[in-house]
Amino acid sequence: MNIWPQGYYVLAGVGAALALASLIGFILHLRAANAAVENLNARIKAWWLMVALLGGTFLLGRNAVIALFALVSFAALREFITLTPTRRADRTALITSFFVALPGQYYLIWVGWYGFFAILIPVYAFLALPILAALRADAKDFVARTSETQWGLMISVYCVSHVPALLTLRIPGYEDREALLIVFLLVVVQSSDVLQFVFGKLLGRHKVAPALSPSKTWEGFLGGVACATAVGSSLWRLTPFSPVQAAAMALMITCIGFLGGLVMSAIKRDRGVKDWGHLIEGHGGVLDRLDSVCFSAPIFFHLTRYFFVP
Amino acid sequence: MFEPLVEALITGSVRMLTGVRARWQGSGPADTQRIYYSNHTSHVDFVLLWSALPPRLRARTRPVAAGDYWTQTTIRRYVIHRVFRGVLVDRGLMDRTPNPISPMLEALDRGESLILFPEGTRGAGPGLLPFKAGVFHVAQERPSVELVPVWMDNSYRVMPKGAILPLPLLCSVTFGRPTRLAIDEDQTAFLARLRQSLLELGAE
Repeated sequence: MNIWPQGYYVLAGVGAALALASLIGFILHLRAANAAVENLNARIKAWWLMVALLGGTFLLGRNAVIALFALVSFAALREFITLTPTRRADRTALITSFFVALPGQYYLIWVGWYGFFAILIPVYAFLALPILAALRADAKDFVARTSETQWGLMISVYCVSHVPALLTLRIPGYEDREALLIVFLLVVVQSSDVLQFVFGKLLGRHKVAPALSPSKTWEGFLGGVACATAVGSSLWRLTPFSPVQAAAMALMITCIGFLGGLVMSAIKRDRGVKDWGHLIEGHGGVLDRLDSVCFSAPIFFHLTRYFFVP
Repeated sequence: MFEPLVEALITGSVRMLTGVRARWQGSGPADTQRIYYSNHTSHVDFVLLWSALPPRLRARTRPVAAGDYWTQTTIRRYVIHRVFRGVLVDRGLMDRTPNPISPMLEALDRGESLILFPEGTRGAGPGLLPFKAGVFHVAQERPSVELVPVWMDNSYRVMPKGAILPLPLLCSVTFGRPTRLAIDEDQTAFLARLRQSLLELGAE
């Protein structure tokens, strides 16, 4: 991976943004220390840790990046299945998902076998999981149970794995710099999430879907998407895209990410929980942080592959 | 000499599988001598409770385990004696011989805390079986020791009775308010009270 010095510029930019956020958080803490401010500060602190973890992983190279996302998938699938009502007869299918499908998916990404990692879960696991469940001869809620296992695997493993899968793309004139596509994707999605949060808190009046999510507002959506698209197009030098192409990609990523967040909120409401887990202080679980990435990563991967890989 | 390594391996895997989270409600992780009593549904239970304690308390806390189960194979004997320094009691003798609880009393007299599963065996799901009398006799003999209810959530889904492989799922360990044996409290009332406060902790 040859992503320096651009990687350092991005780290410096993100670091500056976080330093500003920490300063604002500290001033708010001095002026009015309430639960909302403390949550904001916990979120900012967790951001420092996540950025440090990602930065360190990128320094270690390609294998470390793939391993990190495999662990992220593991944590995400664990959160998803924890909130899914399962039965004893699902154990074989679930254990297979964790210990065969997940490592298999990341192994295929590691060896760069696109033709197989694109179908391992949608074809092979799709057919194998209901077979494994049926062998345990428990018909109760069979389709619902099978679908939930498959959905969890698709979101937490298949979709998340399309982030490191960007490393397998071979774009002429962009060799060895593919990791910057990951940087581009993550910076755009996460800045969109943060900016939607900020615009929503400052200007939010009209809720998008009050039955699904109390925090998603039209003001937050528009402000977040507009600014994150601007951020994305300003990062065009990281990518094989022109400034206009980078803006279009960023717009697509942020819109899909927003809608993905809505879908994941619907699941949480149905399960009667506010957060997926507790792994990330102030944010909730891994899936709370990654809900928008799950939806935007595969689309970003395939659009880039279709238009830029000959 | 490998015991710390084996312990780290076992607790590390359980943490990886369960992301165990300790929630202290009504009691803190204090140095007080205690009996942690908990619901029992899975092999991972006492490792979960053990991992949820801060390391300084772990060193002074010993699980009470069934002798008939843990002495069956060499590996089990090694794990329970050398790694977790378990206090073994014989379930078969529990209700008959004069003092089957003496190993527990000896441990308490050395100032150690205990992890105890008063149901006496692993239950099948989120409920609670009736409590065995042992915990009452221990409380009667050593009335100054605090009894802390500990509710383990979800561990029966991780590794239910009879399962060979564990399923990774998030688990939480909730510590409740400490209690002691009241003066003139009889066995039935005491066991019912302990059981009720554990069930209430689980319902929260």
